[in-house]
Amino acid sequence: MSANHDNYHHPEKETYSAARAKAIESLLLEKGVIGTDTVDKVITFFETDMGPLNGAKVVARAWTDPEFRDWLLADSTAAVSSMGYWGAEGEHVRVVANEPGVHQLIVCTLCSCYPWPLLGLPPYWFKDPVYRARAAIEPRAVLSEFGLDLPPETEIKVWDSSAQIRYMVLPERPPGTDGMAAEELVPLVTPGSMQGIELAKSPAAQPSGSS
Amino acid sequence: MDQTRTLIDDLPPTEAPPRANGEMVFAEPWEARAFGIALALSNDGHYDWESFRQSLIASIGHWEADHGADDPSWRYYDRWLEALEHLLLARGLVAADELDRRTEDFMCHAREEVY
Repeated sequence: MSANHDNYHHPEKETYSAARAKAIESLLLEKGVIGTDTVDKVITFFETDMGPLNGAKVVARAWTDPEFRDWLLADSTAAVSSMGYWGAEGEHVRVVANEPGVHQLIVCTLCSCYPWPLLGLPPYWFKDPVYRARAAIEPRAVLSEFGLDLPPETEIKVWDSSAQIRYMVLPERPPGTDGMAAEELVPLVTPGSMQGIELAKSPAAQPSGSS
Repeated sequence: MDQTRTLIDDLPPTEAPPRANGEMVFAEPWEARAFGIALALSNDGHYDWESFRQSLIASIGHWEADHGADDPSWRYYDRWLEALEHLLLARGLVAADELDRRTEDFMCHAREEVY
């Protein structure tokens, strides 16, 4: 077992990685570098406190409050910070809006920069090298594979996140939602719609009477 | 990175996040542990987040240079773990030999628990 253990088809690779992660945590605990609940706290924080619900609330507010929408598009970092949803990595966030004829898609070609406080942890496909490369080169084909077939005249803009700036998509407000309040709109805003791989759900797609 | 800690400490009891997107955040429990350790060390000031990020970019870059983008053996958290390990060794937070020994302890079940 060494740092060069790099046999990815080895059936015990998973066991090795699990043991390695345990070894690291156990040594850091033993040395007093981390406390017993430090890691649990971080995981709980990211799994429950930060997540796509935050982004959905931002989107629903932008749909119902034109002034907030303008602010969100002009200075996204300040606007989402005002709702208490930014700061974990300290970088800037920029929200880009879908509009008729223009569709936005986020990617990080360098690694997997992602607006965690708004969207939670990045999904597996976002971290996939093939996705990262192809989204930049042939976004229309990638979107089609996600089940989103856009008309040929729709322009697709791809936003490449970096350490300095993370992107999030403001999807279009779905038809048939006139008069709905922000709280009612939140469930329509899927994580995928804020990544740009799908559109926000229409209210008809929601099971009626569910919470 | 005090901001993360402030956020963790100050957040009110939370609403459950939507689970409808169907994504498994972590494929295996060790991935969550590796994720949490990297964040925790940054929160506590053992390195700044940018150092970890650079280590992760380097680890991903080396893998891609050796494997080709469509190699099915790609695992994001393998790279994350490697990035963490490199940074811990570089900062002297753990030593290579003790890490190898401790890994073997877990591999052969001489140890089961991290504490």
